[in-house]
Amino acid sequence: MPLYRDSGVVLRTHKLGEADRIITILTRSRGKVRAVAKGVRRTKSRFGARLEPGMHVDLQCYEGRSLDTITQAVGLDAWGHVLASSYADWTAAVAILETADRLTEEHESAVAQYHLLCGALRTLAGGAHEATLVLDAYLLRALSVAGWAPSLHDCARCGAEGPHRAFHIASGGAVCPSCRPAGSSAPAPATLELLGALLSGDWARADDSGPRERREGSGLTAAFAQWHLERGIRALGYVDRTPDPGRTR
Amino acid sequence: MPVFEGVVQDLIDELGRLPGVGPKSAQRIAFHLLQADPHDVQRLVQALSEVKAKVAFCETCGNIAEGTQCRICADPRRDATAICVVEEPKDVVAIERTREFRGRYHVLGGAISPLDGIGPDDLRFSELMARLSSGEVTEIIIATDPNLEGEATASYLARLLSPFELRVSRLASGLPVGGDLEYADEVTLGRAFEGRKLLNA
Ligand SMILES: [Zn+2]
Ligand SMILES: [Zn+2]
Repeated sequence: MPLYRDSGVVLRTHKLGEADRIITILTRSRGKVRAVAKGVRRTKSRFGARLEPGMHVDLQCYEGRSLDTITQAVGLDAWGHVLASSYADWTAAVAILETADRLTEEHESAVAQYHLLCGALRTLAGGAHEATLVLDAYLLRALSVAGWAPSLHDCARCGAEGPHRAFHIASGGAVCPSCRPAGSSAPAPATLELLGALLSGDWARADDSGPRERREGSGLTAAFAQWHLERGIRALGYVDRTPDPGRTR
Repeated sequence: MPVFEGVVQDLIDELGRLPGVGPKSAQRIAFHLLQADPHDVQRLVQALSEVKAKVAFCETCGNIAEGTQCRICADPRRDATAICVVEEPKDVVAIERTREFRGRYHVLGGAISPLDGIGPDDLRFSELMARLSSGEVTEIIIATDPNLEGEATASYLARLLSPFELRVSRLASGLPVGGDLEYADEVTLGRAFEGRKLLNA
């Protein structure tokens, strides 16, 4: 059976039988892969904690007919382990992992999604920015890579130059006065600026934002993600948004 | 695809729904029961119906109980100042086997798992907070599973407990006894380092 090697991030795990687990991994070159880790639930397993959600590993697997089998896993980054020690970080990480799972397909290469995911978990584990900001930046960018970039400045419908006051999720973002559908919201201009900063990676600006813009921005981002992903992202409802006094500026 | 007819297949199907029992084991158990002494089978039937009729969950700690209080909560010799928080009743059994702990337990009913739709409100955290209100409890030992969900559940609980004046600890995740150090993964080895113990204290 053909053997392959790849690096990947564990997205989620499922129990299989007495001691095994099915591990869903987003790999660098093969897209999403589902593979069996034999004996991983036994305390003496040589995989140890490496195949838990949020862990970054160098894998060796052999291809199977329906499921691959993991023969070796070497730890690259223990992001999952670092993040589990802070509840807010962990819940943000789980939402990120679920989103990555939903935006990728098995055996379809998704290099950009892989790099975004690694970047988000690395940033979250680094602890320099508030967890919900990292989550929102990831969601906006991952949706953009998937072809659903929100329009935060110009009109999402006709392209008229912004800034515009109205925002309409189903239309794709900001809308001009003549395109504005009924039911559009009117977020604070500072909120759209924050989302723009998150999308472009302008952390200095994002860190300077206030709690009100962050809250409104998170709401818009979550609504945007839920709109585009059928069935929504379950873990988004569990994200801990208790302000962390150590990290807000 | 049913292989056997009628009641035998029904039995195999029912057994196959038990955790950890695959189709092969279900078949093996079914044939064992068919050949077993009728009295032995009767005892099993009785145990199964009695467990459902008599056993409930302890009103205080959530452990398995016959009556409103479990054996441990009802025992006045147990130390009422220390509570060990676990995920499932089977974890109480595991810790009791060590004979290391003389306090009481609190069973959460699982771990926080957003992907499975289990958040803090679905577990018995508020019942634990209620037990702390009397001020009698001075120590909490968190013994959630040594996986990342267990760790995240522990960090949630640690934050919840931070306003109280309590000694809060988490079970050290050590190296598996009987294994070789070189095979331990970095997370397990790292946690074993954090939880190392003074030998000359
Ligand atoms: Zn327009
Ligand atoms: Zn009890």
